[in-house]
Amino acid sequence: MTEQGRSVLKLTVNNHPGVMSHVCGLFSRRAYNLEGIMVMPIEGQAGNLSRMWLLLKDEERLDQIVRQTEKLIDVLVVERHTVNDSVFARAETFFAA
Amino acid sequence: MTESANQPGPEQATRLSGAQLLIRLLERQGVTRIAGMPGGANLPMYDALVNSPIQHVLVRHEQGGGFIAQGMARANGQAQVCFASSGPGATNLITAVADAQMDSIPLVAITGQVPQQMIGTDAFQETDTFGLMLPITKHNWLVRSPQELLSVIPEAFRIALSGRPGPVSIDIPKDVQSAFLEFEAWPEPGIADPAPRVSLDDVQAMMDRIRQAHKPVLMVGGGVAQANAADALRTFAEQHDLPAVQTFMGLGVIPSDHPLSLGMLGMHGARYTNMVLEECDLLVGLGVRFDDRATGKVSAFCPQADIIHVDIDRSEIGKIKSPVLAIQANVGDVLDAINAQQERTTRPLWRQRVEQLKHAHPLVLEGEDDLFRPYGAIRAVAALVDDSVNVTTDVGQHQMWVAQAYPFRRTRQWVSSGGLGTMGFGVPAAIGMALAQPERKTLCFTGDGSVMMNIQELPTLAEANLDVKIIVLNNGHLGLVRQQQSLFYSENYNAVQFEQTVNFAQAAEAMGVRGVDLARAGNPHEALREALQETGPCVINLPVLETEMVFPMVPPGGANSDMIGG
Repeated sequence: MTEQGRSVLKLTVNNHPGVMSHVCGLFSRRAYNLEGIMVMPIEGQAGNLSRMWLLLKDEERLDQIVRQTEKLIDVLVVERHTVNDSVFARAETFFAA
Repeated sequence: MTESANQPGPEQATRLSGAQLLIRLLERQGVTRIAGMPGGANLPMYDALVNSPIQHVLVRHEQGGGFIAQGMARANGQAQVCFASSGPGATNLITAVADAQMDSIPLVAITGQVPQQMIGTDAFQETDTFGLMLPITKHNWLVRSPQELLSVIPEAFRIALSGRPGPVSIDIPKDVQSAFLEFEAWPEPGIADPAPRVSLDDVQAMMDRIRQAHKPVLMVGGGVAQANAADALRTFAEQHDLPAVQTFMGLGVIPSDHPLSLGMLGMHGARYTNMVLEECDLLVGLGVRFDDRATGKVSAFCPQADIIHVDIDRSEIGKIKSPVLAIQANVGDVLDAINAQQERTTRPLWRQRVEQLKHAHPLVLEGEDDLFRPYGAIRAVAALVDDSVNVTTDVGQHQMWVAQAYPFRRTRQWVSSGGLGTMGFGVPAAIGMALAQPERKTLCFTGDGSVMMNIQELPTLAEANLDVKIIVLNNGHLGLVRQQQSLFYSENYNAVQFEQTVNFAQAAEAMGVRGVDLARAGNPHEALREALQETGPCVINLPVLETEMVFPMVPPGGANSDMIGG
């Protein structure tokens, strides 16, 4: 997967119903370009926390997106990553045509 | 209720239903009044409310309940609660919640939901309230057990009040309300988190910029009101000789007749106000979000100026304008830190230039001496009351005329639907303001379009017998839409005239509120004086022409320098 125009956010979130809606809702209502999502519970956290990877395309408003995402109550940590340093690079083969 | 009644010793467990627990938690939050309407899915809450000291205000439509709670919250800054049932009860609340989100109002909307085992079955009066409230709240919950209420309720108040305030919504299935819970200890009530610490380095950097500026201007917004920092702002402006424009939400923060006040900026600001902003070299935004109605075309806003932005909400910084310096903090704390330095500056040249612009391009209030013209009506009403009154409006021409012409002199004196622009806001918001501050008279300026959107709350007003005066500037039209069709759609008028007009004085009387029609009064000035000065609710019909315009006006999408009229 190319880095071109792509950025990745790694989120640590509370694992309970509604968290996915809060994150996806933010991205759709603010018209941020969300291209991919991967979510799994974090191992060893008794199912209390989840890791959420977000793939963004052609986003010049990354600072603004990070700040809005950090405001979500169930989002505990937001980190920036490159595509190569993310789950998306390794998952590429599962999304081949 | 005494603390001991609320707080049994650790050895005795308390056994309560979810609904009883909810009401007790709300009492512990200091809630004294709830506006709402019962229905099938929140019956247990109403059952539990019977023995509570919390007073319930029964509304005629859930949206009215949402706006009554908002009116209370806007008047006193505390988080306020509204109740609705599931399905249509919840959807009727939506507009009031979205309005609170746009204007940063701490509102706690609590809805009943169908029992959990029926969720997802298209049950009677089932709707996805969690999904509907999600994009229009700071945070929201679907509560899955009575146990969860112990954390959700304090958390809801904490979130509603912390940082930039805003609405939260709590959806509680009926089985959660009915289920019993035994628990050992009450949670602490939720309160606002402490504001971030102000860095003195940031304050110094800000003051350096202000000292170096030749033509600085303050842009004062709702954040200053939220921070109760009007006095600090005034001291700051006076000590550093800084002229101040106000956003719509910031009106009243600095008295309108203060020599440093430049009035409201933006779409319906005075010509001189927008012209000063064209010339300024430093704009200090205090508790503002650079709304499009204030900035006009963003690229042309304050073209000469560097921008300093102080706001409690970090995501507002850089959202619209990129500042040269940003401080994420409570604006009151920043102003206190500056004022502690006791520094003084004067700017005779800049003040002189501002005065020059003010005299050359003043706010023109055409017809201000004629009771039956918009500015004249507003001035006449204002002349008959004192600064103790609170003022609210609906949405439309009347709202902009009031924003331009009413002599606001206090923080929180002015309450209006700014961001969402909700017609129907005025009547229930006025009821809420009067409930929160019954010692003050509340004025509600409205129009014949807006007032119809929540006129069903007049009986609610009659029951509470509050000192609320509703002044209907009646032109038989949707005036602001008509104005836009006139100016920007070649006078191709469509769907702006009401063919069937309403006799509002009679409508009010039919709903238990005194009605006065100035069109039929032998001495309209005297009739207005009498209606305003007596205590109690009254609807005052005041006819105006549909051809009246709000001027100046910046065309939507245009630059503030391209004003029409005025």
